[in-house]
Amino acid sequence: MAATATRDRRIALIGNPNTGKTTLFNALTGHRARVGNYSGVTVEKREGLLKAAAAPTTLVDLPGTYSLAAASPDEMLAVNLLLGLQEGEERPDGLVVVVDSTNLERNLFLALQLLEAGLPTVVALNMADAAREQGRLVDAAALAQRLGAPCLAVSARTGDGLPELAKALDALGGAPPAPPQCFPAEFERAAAELAAAVDPASAPGTGFLVRRALLEAEGMAERELAELFPGSPERVAAARSALEAAGLKPRSLEATSRYRWIREHVAPLLPKAPSAPRDALTDRVDAILTHKVFGTAIFLVLMAVVFQSIYSWSGPLMDLIDAAFGALGGWASEALPEGPMRSLVADGILAGVGGVLIFLPQICILFLFISLLEDIGYMSRAAFLMDRVLSRCGLSGRSFIPMLSSFACAIPGVMAARTIEDPRDRLATILVAPLMSCSARLPVYTLLIGAFVPDRPVLGVLNLQGLTLLAMYLVGVVVAIPVALLLKRTILKGKTPTFLIELPPYRRPLVGNLLHRVIERGQVFVVKAGTVIMAASIIIWGLSYYPRSLDVDLVYDTKALGAEMRLASAEAGALEAALAEVEAEREGAHLRNSFLGRFGRVIEPAVEPLGWDWRIGMAAIASFPAREVIVATLGVIFDLGAESADDEASLAQKLAAATREDTGEPLFNLPVALSIMVFFALCMQCVSTLAIMRRETNGWKWPAFAFGYMTTLAYLGAFAAYQIASALLA
Amino acid sequence: MTLALDKLKPGQTATVLEVGGEPVLAQRLMALGLVEGANVEFLRTAPLGDPIEIRVDGAIALSLRAADARAVSVSPNP
Repeated sequence: MAATATRDRRIALIGNPNTGKTTLFNALTGHRARVGNYSGVTVEKREGLLKAAAAPTTLVDLPGTYSLAAASPDEMLAVNLLLGLQEGEERPDGLVVVVDSTNLERNLFLALQLLEAGLPTVVALNMADAAREQGRLVDAAALAQRLGAPCLAVSARTGDGLPELAKALDALGGAPPAPPQCFPAEFERAAAELAAAVDPASAPGTGFLVRRALLEAEGMAERELAELFPGSPERVAAARSALEAAGLKPRSLEATSRYRWIREHVAPLLPKAPSAPRDALTDRVDAILTHKVFGTAIFLVLMAVVFQSIYSWSGPLMDLIDAAFGALGGWASEALPEGPMRSLVADGILAGVGGVLIFLPQICILFLFISLLEDIGYMSRAAFLMDRVLSRCGLSGRSFIPMLSSFACAIPGVMAARTIEDPRDRLATILVAPLMSCSARLPVYTLLIGAFVPDRPVLGVLNLQGLTLLAMYLVGVVVAIPVALLLKRTILKGKTPTFLIELPPYRRPLVGNLLHRVIERGQVFVVKAGTVIMAASIIIWGLSYYPRSLDVDLVYDTKALGAEMRLASAEAGALEAALAEVEAEREGAHLRNSFLGRFGRVIEPAVEPLGWDWRIGMAAIASFPAREVIVATLGVIFDLGAESADDEASLAQKLAAATREDTGEPLFNLPVALSIMVFFALCMQCVSTLAIMRRETNGWKWPAFAFGYMTTLAYLGAFAAYQIASALLA
Repeated sequence: MTLALDKLKPGQTATVLEVGGEPVLAQRLMALGLVEGANVEFLRTAPLGDPIEIRVDGAIALSLRAADARAVSVSPNP
């Protein structure tokens, strides 16, 4: 087929973490990435079309890594992709190695490994502006000569050098570079002999894989090689022994050889390092931010501020959205004729979407904080501060970022867990991440706290509502600790994972990057609201609207007729009031008769110990697609039960007015509200999280496990919350 | 004098003698520049006593657990 001739060029972008690789990717592609997944593995795939390319060129963003000695599936993906061994992926036509110019020597370790991959390569010396300021910028032309590959000083943040980089990418092609000779001749000879013995056909890439297998201890390359060439393990072992006999230590050969080469060939190119510390400001700030007392205090205060502010700053925006949807609902009720369509639009669609969109301000504020902390460089300090705590739970400081992300949404949190090398550590993080209170729980908390927790000052500066919110966030954390410990001591038993991160210099965040991420997160939430939640809203509306029993209508038609006859000559208001009452009863009867109502009745005995009635029980069940659906569900359920209520009355007021059907007492009170909140803090009512867990763990086993254990905990927690609060308030 | 890396005091510098211990971890540390002859500065310990923060050859600071740093033997600079 002719299609192969017009195939886009593909260039892979690879580099250490913290090199500004993502910023460079965004700058080169104009913020337009296609995000997906590689088949068969759990690594995220980001691709984008190169903006200023002469021929259509796709830039492939590979996961950040310090070395090709693959210790994680992410790193193995990088190696496989470079060799064209990744299933369903073509071998790239070229490589851009992103290097942090302020940290050149360490970054060149990976660059040297990559130059041996046999692909046309460009080295992008990123953060050239910062390096120049520090007086450490390397002479790009001299470095290019040593490395045998073009080197370009760029700054993704300012855009300096990007046009030149785009031109270099256009010109990229032809023969791969001749890599610098870092290794002793004995090694080169052994590697060549091994490659010839293992693969007489000498497929492209075998040579590289053989070198990796020889150099890496217990590496994935050796396993990969064994899969391709079943006889290879013995040969690799024999070649290693031969190297040792020649006085080389395979274990440290790669690092010592490459760093020696860097010291001898690159260090002389660098301007003499100034005597002042590398980054005096970072050192001074770190002295405070990682201080025993101040650092911990600042960390805690920062977290408290984040949660207090998303709770109060978002208020005006939420009121605005609330008012807009109130007006829309009122308009829909007037514009549409009585019947299923009016009910669907006003009570199903508008109530559902409005009840979700209203929380967009909080999500955006929260993500602004998370992105800001990440871009400044504080997230790795937080990992440094928290590692001891997390390692006590069998996790690591690296789990901190997935965990913190899970406070916004478990989906990115679960996805962020792929940066954790140890598979058990990673699985434990994925399994407990959904216990962190995500933004989808926030609607539940906000609704119930606003309606049932007194707005009362505590100790002068704090507020009881804010403290309750904080307590809800803490519930998940407090429960996650023993769960993670238990997992690591039972089904995920293994050696403690290692923790190894860079603490990069503090950097000024880029406003564009921050906004881009906030908008992206907001979009993800709205799209979810617009599809999953919307669909759930309509299904729930249908389940609670149908079947429309003629018998019920007959009973209430008769009642209405009786009232009309009885009150025909009474005062004007009396008849309307009586008719409204009949209509409310009619809707109540329909609801009780609906599919959802029937199901709620069935499970009522099970939820009674939680202080719930069948309506709350059915709302909880209906929230299975996503936790935030409970807000829409409660809206629909109680709207339908009180159709004559003021259109603009908020859901909170409707809930507060709801009564128990048997006793007539208020249905919701503080213990019931706490019970619902604790249930939602611990439950796994989120189809999207389950789906992402399935993708990340490659099967339904772990999501099913998470759903089972979290639902059990949620039930027990809600039971305890209701019983204890009732006893204390009695 | 030979010392384990985690036994250095804040502000103290040393020369790396050997990276021992578990091979995968050792190669990780070496890839980050902790090779024989490298100069290492002990910056600080985390408030809760672990992990530690070091700087290798003037590069960007690294954080690792004391238990892992124990496998690195160093010779403190006078």
